[in-house]
Amino acid sequence: MTTQVTLTPDRAEAFGRELDAIRQRVVADLGQADVDYIRRVVKAQRAMEVAGRGLLFAGVLPPAWLAGTSLLALSKILDNMEIGHNVMHGQYEWTGDPALAGRSFEWDTACPADQWRHSHNYTHHTYTNIVGMDRDVGYGILRMSPDQPWQPYYLGNPVYAFLLMVLFQYGVAMHELETERILAGEISLADKREILQEIWHKTRRQLAKDYLAFPLLAGPCAPFVFAGNLSANLIRNVWSYMIIFCGHFPDGAQEFSIEQTRTETRGGWYLRQVLGSANLRGGKLFHILSGNLSHQIEHHLFPDLPARRYAEIAPEVREICRRYGVPYNSGPLSRQFGTVVRKIVRLALPARVRGERTADGQQAA
Amino acid sequence: MFTKTLTPTLTEKVLRSPLVDLLTGPHGVDHYTELVDPMWTADARAKVVDVQRRTPRSVTLMLAPNPAFEACRAGQHVSVTVEIDGRRRTRCYSPANAAGAPLIELTIGIHDGGLVSTYLHRAARPGMVVELSAPAGDFVLPEPRPRRILFVSGGSGITPVMAMLRTLRAEHYDGQIGFVHYARSRDEACYYDELAAMPDVRVLHGFTRSPGGDLSGHFDRHHLAAAMPHPGVVYVCGPPALVEAVRGHCGNAISESFVPAAFATPREALGGRIRFRDSEIDVTDDGRTVLEQAEGAGLSPQSGCRMGICHTCTRRKHRGAVRNMITGSVSSADEEDVQICVSAPVGDVDIAL
Repeated sequence: MTTQVTLTPDRAEAFGRELDAIRQRVVADLGQADVDYIRRVVKAQRAMEVAGRGLLFAGVLPPAWLAGTSLLALSKILDNMEIGHNVMHGQYEWTGDPALAGRSFEWDTACPADQWRHSHNYTHHTYTNIVGMDRDVGYGILRMSPDQPWQPYYLGNPVYAFLLMVLFQYGVAMHELETERILAGEISLADKREILQEIWHKTRRQLAKDYLAFPLLAGPCAPFVFAGNLSANLIRNVWSYMIIFCGHFPDGAQEFSIEQTRTETRGGWYLRQVLGSANLRGGKLFHILSGNLSHQIEHHLFPDLPARRYAEIAPEVREICRRYGVPYNSGPLSRQFGTVVRKIVRLALPARVRGERTADGQQAA
Repeated sequence: MFTKTLTPTLTEKVLRSPLVDLLTGPHGVDHYTELVDPMWTADARAKVVDVQRRTPRSVTLMLAPNPAFEACRAGQHVSVTVEIDGRRRTRCYSPANAAGAPLIELTIGIHDGGLVSTYLHRAARPGMVVELSAPAGDFVLPEPRPRRILFVSGGSGITPVMAMLRTLRAEHYDGQIGFVHYARSRDEACYYDELAAMPDVRVLHGFTRSPGGDLSGHFDRHHLAAAMPHPGVVYVCGPPALVEAVRGHCGNAISESFVPAAFATPREALGGRIRFRDSEIDVTDDGRTVLEQAEGAGLSPQSGCRMGICHTCTRRKHRGAVRNMITGSVSSADEEDVQICVSAPVGDVDIAL
């Protein structure tokens, strides 16, 4: 169980000012190297996509199928994470390049980018880990915090988590439907008519592309192209799910209540971002393939700084946290994800069984 | 899409088909073709093929446009977008080449303290790719051509009238042409030698900062008379002072002013006018953020975190300056996107809201 970490108002403001200074410095330094980097990543992504799809046309040969599927999976991972997620955050607005404009970028996955921008850039990043406001805490279908009251439905927590992992692109696509509120009767499906239409429009084109058009074009190799595209999507789903679930759910990451954050200052916001996030350790390639979400703490402090900068500021952020007594949660993927899986299984059961307490010290439900 | 090609080739038909659009979705086919060749897009782009610095304070670029570029009439201007240290900057230039020439010729004069002109003078090199807009402007020759034409230009204003002059010569114009040009000195007079080699054009130069020249000092009416006593039509292009002076003597002169962009930030912060252009509402600035003042005026712009991180509220600032309340930085250039939830006006501002 995490202990609540707080700073005095003065300390919180000083903490915020030091972080603001990092941000100003990086913003002033942004230039050609940053835009050249993202363009190289884009070039690699599209080259791998073309090569992957091309190889799958010869997919009857096992090496071609394996190579094609792998390349296509990598291209989807790059497109969704290092490119899509980061560009849509506005990390490259400063370039003025329309191809890197966050507000018009669309990505190779079922989720409509407009809906993502709303639920992620705004809701998740502003209300990070506030139970009852950040719907990423559980995504409406999982119990990821002891502060979510237990219900018998949650006995299936591990099953829902597994299904979400395998079908992650569709889970993300349906996020703005708020299905949990529809099922609870708070809103009706009719209220979500426009959202549903947008989701269907995007999903339909993605399905047609990967499961109809490309297979049919391959003629006799159609089943191999179909299987390759399915596998590539699955690989991307599983990989992105693992990285994303390690962002705010590993042991040590803190959740917050609406009461706690009602009068939050800017320094307090920075503090909540650190306490609610967790990093992953790894090499340069790992960071790129994780879309630099391995630097979840730095990303949550500075969502609109180009993600390639997170690695260089991380030591400084860590040092500031140490001086203010703020825990800095970081670990290898295996350990962090291991604690996430354990949490999913544990929270399937009521706390009475586990004898645990909620954040405000009460006996949990 | 196909503004210029009259009959799309089979390749282009395939590339623009709904099937290829689906297969290359959601990014679209241009984002793949441009990785092979940056010129292979539906956007108008041009590649620099030659760079010459013929005078100390100018650089002449020869550009090869892609098929998507719509050709200019002589005297029109295009917006050119170039990337400087990762940021795209757009400026307006009038090509100096004759209409129908295969290459676009831009002669860019240095503006002291100017960002793009100094960058291009320093760093332009063959192989650079720039983006172009469609041509615009009414500063063009009429059909049929007048019999007596007088061109008056100052500084970099020479480019559109050079385009017109070269176009007339290419079509073997047999009327009378007068050409008056003001430059700081002989060395800084663009196209001096080319003009000198035109025996059938009456060319007069005035040097405003050095002696010599056919005309002394700045423009006056004697200069006009010396060049062509009774012109059929007068074209003038250059700094506003020159244009006004010429129009003072020839009321029906056709003119174009070259005004450098203003970058100064107003000193006085409060009390300016905020114009919400799309809603046609004006309010007086009270110091709050643009978002708050827009909401106070009854508008409901899209917003999100209201703390400058999610970029949901970003809108286009057409004119004026705003200060970012978090960082203190000021955006003063025209046509810049700003996050209205953390931006406060500095002086008068026009916003797309």
